[in-house]
Amino acid sequence: MAATRRLRRTALPYLLVLPAVVLFLLFVLVPGGYALVLSFQARKVSGGLLGSSTTQVFAGLDNYRAVLADTELWSGIGRMVLVGVIVIPATVGLALLFALLLDVPRVRLAKVTRLAIFLPYAVPGVIATLMWGFLYLPATSPIGGDHVDFFSSVGVFFSVANISVWGAVGFNMIVLCTALRSVPTEVHEAARIDGCTELGMALRIKIPLLRPAIAMCALFTVLGSLQLFNEPNTLKPLSNAISSTWVPLMKIYDDAFVDSDLNHAAATSVLFTAAALLVSWVASRFVQSRAAS
Amino acid sequence: MKSQWRLAGVVLAGALLVTGCGGGGAAATGGKVDLSFWDWDPNMDQVVAIWNTAHPDIHVTLTNPAGGDQLVAKMVTAHQAGNGPDLAKVEYQSLPSLVSNGVVADISQYTADTVRQFDEPTLRSTRFDGKVYGVPQDVAPLMLFYRKDIFQQYGIEVPTTWQDYATAAATLHQKAPAVSMTNFDAADPGWFTGLMQQAGADWWSASGDTWRVDINGSASKKVADYWQKLVADGLVAKNPSFSPQWNKQMNDGSLATWISGAWAPAQLGGIAPATKGKWAVAPLPAWSPGDRATGIWGGSATTVTADAKHPAEAAQFASWLNTDAEAITAQIRQINIYPAATAGRSLPVLSSPPAFFPDQANFYDLVKGVAPTARSFSMWGPNVTVTFSGYTDRFAAALQSGGSFGAALDAVQSSTVADMKKLGFAVS
Repeated sequence: MAATRRLRRTALPYLLVLPAVVLFLLFVLVPGGYALVLSFQARKVSGGLLGSSTTQVFAGLDNYRAVLADTELWSGIGRMVLVGVIVIPATVGLALLFALLLDVPRVRLAKVTRLAIFLPYAVPGVIATLMWGFLYLPATSPIGGDHVDFFSSVGVFFSVANISVWGAVGFNMIVLCTALRSVPTEVHEAARIDGCTELGMALRIKIPLLRPAIAMCALFTVLGSLQLFNEPNTLKPLSNAISSTWVPLMKIYDDAFVDSDLNHAAATSVLFTAAALLVSWVASRFVQSRAAS
Repeated sequence: MKSQWRLAGVVLAGALLVTGCGGGGAAATGGKVDLSFWDWDPNMDQVVAIWNTAHPDIHVTLTNPAGGDQLVAKMVTAHQAGNGPDLAKVEYQSLPSLVSNGVVADISQYTADTVRQFDEPTLRSTRFDGKVYGVPQDVAPLMLFYRKDIFQQYGIEVPTTWQDYATAAATLHQKAPAVSMTNFDAADPGWFTGLMQQAGADWWSASGDTWRVDINGSASKKVADYWQKLVADGLVAKNPSFSPQWNKQMNDGSLATWISGAWAPAQLGGIAPATKGKWAVAPLPAWSPGDRATGIWGGSATTVTADAKHPAEAAQFASWLNTDAEAITAQIRQINIYPAATAGRSLPVLSSPPAFFPDQANFYDLVKGVAPTARSFSMWGPNVTVTFSGYTDRFAAALQSGGSFGAALDAVQSSTVADMKKLGFAVS
């Protein structure tokens, strides 16, 4: 009797995590392992003009060498960083601004406004980009696309970043609003009794207390920036400004499904995943140390 | 033909078709054969319905997962997963790469009678090393579609040479700065390769098992330089085709001509619905007066895939679709194809113009006249997708930042050759 109870107690946690583990194995580890295998292979054709027989051969580190020497990939990383430099401060900054403004006691229609700012987050990225595409194109633009070139060589970075920011601000604002709720009301009252203005409270009390939440939002946004794909890929057919290899994920997609070079795409994916893990680890360490200080 | 903007509609239509067919599809039992068919032609469902009524034992289920190059990518992926369709529409330029990837099946044994219904130049697009990999559906000679109302308004004659075309573009620009002669489309290489073919370029050819790749030869450079000058002089617009921007320009008369395949009338209805009856067609301008050569843009074959479980029945459907008089007549009427089958080109339905060109009674006579003069490359390469994405990226970059079209061709040549060598093809 005691033995079954112990067994039940030890088995239960494993049973509870089982679905998550199975999903993780099936859809992350197994495909990841397959990509790793593919990344050490190459496709070779033989048999006549059209090479009607295809074989996978072991290629050692050839794919990795080719990836590291791929200037287009490095330019793509540069473009991704440029967009990120715009997106990360703009998203976190605007989210913080909106959260603080909505936290001021005398603000009216706070709930409606919060919902309105959050709403874009509910619009899928591709749909949002299609919509923004119509807003940007000179022939269909209601926002001055016939005077401003939203697809100029410089402007396109802001046009892409704008869509990301528009979609992400609401979510981050909700995170910060929730964090603000957890600030004890005594703190607010004490500040008010001491004659602190709303602005002073925001700068001297709320922002320092929000630090861990701001750090988390920053981390989310960094990760989102690394995965930039939907916005540029959907805008691509609209103009000459975005190439099929504009950011690393588009390059991987293009290699795998347009150029049919799965092996090269797999090697790029493996390296990119490793780099992304490193960046997020460093970012989270940085964030934790800032949050603690 | 293959913009993402259309994809949304296409996917939606495909989803509707899938769900629509889902109800009856489960009933297939006994000796009945079920075939799946991927095709993006508008109204193809009505043609398939004719077959299904006449052949109760072989049911064809049509889906439209994507068009053009996107469908090729889907076919390759589906084949790797082992669940490709039985039949698929494939454009001629993509067929060699699909053969090379082992995606489409050799149907020579089922098509011995069928191939007699086509002439040699047409068959060359679907028969490699003596094996037949598809039944030709249509041929699409490149032609000049122009807005006759705009030409009339500004007193412009229909150009017969490229020199005239450039002069007309300059005149138009001077009289109506808001109207461009056409747009240089860097997104879809189809029209540009057609112009290359007209000029005599031969991007891919083969001797024995060795390829020769000549994307940046003198004929190609001549065409590239010509268009670079038109772009530099501001006579043609620079935005890509098949985008909302372009649809609006085509619809509101900002673009006066469209260099396109003979399939254009069916497309124009969706692109520029307000311009019905305002377009006319003429032979493509020539490089020297009297030279009647043209190129091609697209043209497709119906292929049987390597995953087909009933290749004989699938080949039977592909043959019927493209050689049966009733099937071809329905396709001309519904999809505005110009048929590949020799007999199909004399069908009575061709005496009336496409619905979007009600005033041009001689539409199909003109197409029939230029079709025999359409030049293609000796072959399409085994990795055209690499070449085409190279075209898209390089020419878009040149348009964006004022780079040279000739240098763009050089870059496409070197990326194409590098990829072929990497895969193990012999390239001279």
